[in-house]
Amino acid sequence: MIDNIYAIEVSNLSKRYGKVVAIDNISFNIKSGEIFGFLGPNGAGKTTTVRIVTGVINADEGSASILGYKAGSLAAKQDVGVVPEMANAYIDLSGWNNLMLMASLYDVPHKTAHERAYHILQELELLDRRYSLVKTYSKGMKQRLILGMALISDPKILFLDEPTSGLDVQSARLIKTKLQSLNAGGKTIFLTTHDMDEANQLCNRVAVINHGKLVAIDSPEQLKMATSSLHSVEISFIGEPDFELLSKLPNVSTVNIIGDKFKLYTADPGELVTSLVGFSSSNGLRIVSLKTLTPSLEDAFVALVKKEAK
Amino acid sequence: MTVRIIYLQLQCVWSIAKKNIRIYYSKGPVVIFGIMFPIFLFLSFIIGRELSLSFLMPGLLGMTLFFTSTAISPAIIPWETQAKTLERLMSCPVTIPTIILGDILASFIFGVLITTVPIIIGLILGMTVAFPVIFALSIVLAAFCFSSLGLIFSATPTSLPSNVMMLSSMIKFPLIFISGIFIPLHQLPVWGQAFSYISPLTYFTDIARHSIEGKGRLPIVIDLLLLLAFTVLFLMIAIWLHKKTMPKRI
Repeated sequence: MIDNIYAIEVSNLSKRYGKVVAIDNISFNIKSGEIFGFLGPNGAGKTTTVRIVTGVINADEGSASILGYKAGSLAAKQDVGVVPEMANAYIDLSGWNNLMLMASLYDVPHKTAHERAYHILQELELLDRRYSLVKTYSKGMKQRLILGMALISDPKILFLDEPTSGLDVQSARLIKTKLQSLNAGGKTIFLTTHDMDEANQLCNRVAVINHGKLVAIDSPEQLKMATSSLHSVEISFIGEPDFELLSKLPNVSTVNIIGDKFKLYTADPGELVTSLVGFSSSNGLRIVSLKTLTPSLEDAFVALVKKEAK
Repeated sequence: MTVRIIYLQLQCVWSIAKKNIRIYYSKGPVVIFGIMFPIFLFLSFIIGRELSLSFLMPGLLGMTLFFTSTAISPAIIPWETQAKTLERLMSCPVTIPTIILGDILASFIFGVLITTVPIIIGLILGMTVAFPVIFALSIVLAAFCFSSLGLIFSATPTSLPSNVMMLSSMIKFPLIFISGIFIPLHQLPVWGQAFSYISPLTYFTDIARHSIEGKGRLPIVIDLLLLLAFTVLFLMIAIWLHKKTMPKRI
């Protein structure tokens, strides 16, 4: 293996399907040990990117590498476990035989494969059903098995394309917990997801992709902070404040009335709180509740995608 | 490619073939097109006619090997596309030729195993084989050749096995009638004889006639060499086509 601080390197990658540009000159690097989230609306280019980096399809332009090996080469594939979007296990084989098939394709020694499969199935709560045909599994069980199939080779890097999409709460939680423990064990994880909470909870960094272009790439907290105009202060008073005066306070961009509360959007919530305290005492009002709200990752995502669309 | 990589890829060929054997041998279209259909076609040919065993057996063996070896290989990749298992397979450390050879091997084993049944029955009924080693070699070569031909059919980027089965039947049936199965080559019209040489089945049937009936149209060495040439050609075309079309399936 070539010693490299980056587990995944993507440089100027482009792919077209006829006249449709699936991805347009995207570049990013992922450090070893990172959980990297790839966010974007449907058709943004997430799956195409995963397919190129995992070597299933070729890019038209640009390059990608895994641990220094060219994406798609046998050496690169050997270090990678993949949970493709919409993929299935072989439903006419048992869960156990699916794992053994993967083990043989990744050249895992027979004894190691058996021990690892037993352990994986136990952790993914599938051990009791290991000899049942996969066609008798529920969707959640199939998805857990597919994760198990990606883990049987003990890869250094895991690619997961929408791994919890459409799953029951229990299966989704089990997969998320497993991903956290895998990352704690040193695995690099590349995750595409629609679920902002999932990205927020799991990822060290996220990239937002829209119409094939990278819109932003940063930590979830930095992305939220970057959308500064989405910070807000929610306040309620005893007494009737003057709406005009409230909206003219320094640093206030918008005021919304939500029930008995006012929601004031600002780029500087700290300054606004000071202003609101002064405003209430000078207008004979009493503050009942006051809280500052930071934008969620979902807010940041929507703002970034809208901004890019303009 | 280093020797180690070649060894690992060959192991993967066997793993893929074993997977195919477990999944696809019992599928309906395989049993119908690979076993039932040629049996009934052959019965409709022999019933009511007084034909010698040595004349019938080469045709029966040619047809059995041809139908069984081309029963599975055309449908595996469309089945994998339909079942959404192909992307996972392609993301594993295997090359496209490895996937192709795994599919061919499963089809090859099916063809050879089923063909041994009429051979055993023939031997019990008194059939003799003049060149058993050459005949066995020709069975191996022909099974590989026909399985590779099946993989060419499956290069059509569809996820519907029925589409591929239809396409392969359109080509397989005419070949049966120009390859000396039912009618010996010398009894075909001139244009039929000309066409018969573009069919690899012709050369296997000719070797079978040399071995069982004691007479054939071409020298047996020429038959073997041409069968080998068709095998290499079909394999190369199948790999070339699938390299182009497989990424388009997902």
